[in-house]
Amino acid sequence: MQSEQNDIAIIDEDSFDRWIEAGHVEKHYWLDLWHYRELFFILAWRDVAVRYKQTVAGTAWALLQPLLTMIIMTVIFGKVAGLPSMGDAPYAIMVFAALLPWQFFSNALSASGQSVVSNRDMISKVYFPRIIVPAGSVLVSLVDFLISLVILAALMIWYHFPPVWNLLYLPLFMVMAMIAAMGAGLVLTALTVQYRDFRILVPFIVQFGLYVSPVALSLEQIRSKISPELFYIFCLNPLVFVIEGFRWCVLGGEFRLLEPPMLVSFAVSFLLLAAGISYFRKTERSFADVI
Amino acid sequence: MSDDIVIRVEGLSKKYQLGQRAGRAGGLRHAIEDGIAAPFRWVGKSFSGRQTEDRHKSTQEFWALRNITFDVKRGEVVGIIGRNGAGKSTLLKVLSRITEPTSGRIGLKGRVASLLEVGTGFHPELSGRENVFLNGAVLGMKHSEVRRKFDEIVAFAGVEQFLDTPVKRYSSGMYVRLAFAVAAHLEPEILIVDEVLAVGDSEFQKKCLDKMREVTDGGRTVLFVSHNLSAVASLCNRAVYLKSGEMVMTGESSAVIAKYQNDVVRAADEPAPDPARRSGSGTHRIHEIKSAGSEFAPRKPMEFTADIRQHAPDGPFHFSMHFLDEWDTEVFAVNTEYLEGMSLLPGNREVTVRIQTPWLPPGDYRADAYLHCNGIIDHWPDACRFRIGAGVAVGGYSSISAKNAGKALANFSMETREI
Repeated sequence: MQSEQNDIAIIDEDSFDRWIEAGHVEKHYWLDLWHYRELFFILAWRDVAVRYKQTVAGTAWALLQPLLTMIIMTVIFGKVAGLPSMGDAPYAIMVFAALLPWQFFSNALSASGQSVVSNRDMISKVYFPRIIVPAGSVLVSLVDFLISLVILAALMIWYHFPPVWNLLYLPLFMVMAMIAAMGAGLVLTALTVQYRDFRILVPFIVQFGLYVSPVALSLEQIRSKISPELFYIFCLNPLVFVIEGFRWCVLGGEFRLLEPPMLVSFAVSFLLLAAGISYFRKTERSFADVI
Repeated sequence: MSDDIVIRVEGLSKKYQLGQRAGRAGGLRHAIEDGIAAPFRWVGKSFSGRQTEDRHKSTQEFWALRNITFDVKRGEVVGIIGRNGAGKSTLLKVLSRITEPTSGRIGLKGRVASLLEVGTGFHPELSGRENVFLNGAVLGMKHSEVRRKFDEIVAFAGVEQFLDTPVKRYSSGMYVRLAFAVAAHLEPEILIVDEVLAVGDSEFQKKCLDKMREVTDGGRTVLFVSHNLSAVASLCNRAVYLKSGEMVMTGESSAVIAKYQNDVVRAADEPAPDPARRSGSGTHRIHEIKSAGSEFAPRKPMEFTADIRQHAPDGPFHFSMHFLDEWDTEVFAVNTEYLEGMSLLPGNREVTVRIQTPWLPPGDYRADAYLHCNGIIDHWPDACRFRIGAGVAVGGYSSISAKNAGKALANFSMETREI
């Protein structure tokens, strides 16, 4: 009855586990995320499992894509255009060391951008911290990355190119790649939910990114061709030093990384991640309404 | 005892924005336009000193929920009833944290699981076994918990032989059974359920209802949204009645259901709403549905005449009527589409519907009427109401048995002989 509203029982607010309110910021956001860690892994597992069930070539796709790109780039840039490699390393290995992080980044970006929209049914029917959906996409791209490491090993055997101890630092640069991918991915995911235009924009951003990253050329060559100011602008691309770091790990050579341009590049990564998380958190509460 | 309150809903409201700003239709262009226009608007405002029209204000607001307040005590089974669009689903979505309220708040005590759909997250390419784990995780079960109950879930669904088959090869019945089986093995302290019982064949529905009863008898707190008033009556001890986003009544479920049914019948006396305000494209509208009277004798043919008027050019279309009993269950439907080669040509038209069978048991009925062609042209809920009189016993049935003999009366006879 209406009258029940007036003599509503007095309650002890603290005895409730959770209060849902407008604009209420989840106090235990990260704890909540920790509770949903199983769903995070199972969603990533689902994406991997489904891809390998649906496609005939399965795992081969993760190998073929970077392999073919590497072959084309080696032929066009290395042979036809005659771009130089670094030191005495074969051009193919130099390009592949750069393609590994680049492909991880571009796959993660495209997949996470679409992830929330393609999981719309789940998002409008069940609660879970929405961030696990794009984060799961980054994890799936990491699986692809690990698979394509096999090609790197094969290439090094083929060219009789011995590994160097620097290789042990590879996970460090991989973490930086993940930070950059996660940050950019979160921003794009949230934007894609609100403005579907980004579904079309993301492939363009990814394509454009390849040209402003030192994949076909070494960083030294780019540095020698452009003015120092322009070089700093170039280093705003968070991937520049991830790629350079990968090359250093695989090809060895002098450690010329800890310079101001690298700090700029990595600072951009961390800024992207912080911005991505805060923008995502601000918009995720209304995902179910606008999706 | 305030300690017993496990759900507290306090002044809860939820507003939706309709129109151009609503997501999909919003688009980047509007955002960019808004962004570019903002400084000009500001300058314009400070110079002219008057309020320039704000795009945000011009969008329509829609209150799906308005100032809802109620408590649920531990172990209570509460049904939420109301017509379509009354706000039932929105209430569940806010309670399940899928969408946030506009104002007001909700307090929850204990582990909450919500079931707004069966099979959320099911992937057609994955096997039954894989989907059980996936769906379990989506519903908030731990991996170890799913593993522990796995055999039970599979046995409940009865799909043992098909565990390693992708669910895309399942029949729809098997799919739904497996999906419900996972959901049925959730063990939260508070369970929020939406209309999931309206799935599967009648045997499985009975199994689901039994399972629900088991859950509710086990002292679990359940919030249950349904169109099926008989399910609410048999499962729930309390009910909340929503109408156009507002709470009309809460209390003993039988009293709330009676009030709801009374409202539905009484609404017949209200003047018909303006056809132009109904949903649908509106190229044609049903202006009136006439019948010989508001009461039909049992076992006699029924006749309805619809008066359809054209408001804008359109192609041929179809007319249908859906007949619902007082429990809001659809008993049968008639549709020009069912008749081979029949459709209505555009223009002002009159359609006469003659219904010989089924014979309806005595009671109150209503019909929803539609004009449609690919999409909905006109949807008139409660287009007409009528009563089937109880006075006359119907071939073979007594007037009492007729009321309890199912959704329709059969034209039957029986013979017996010694063998």
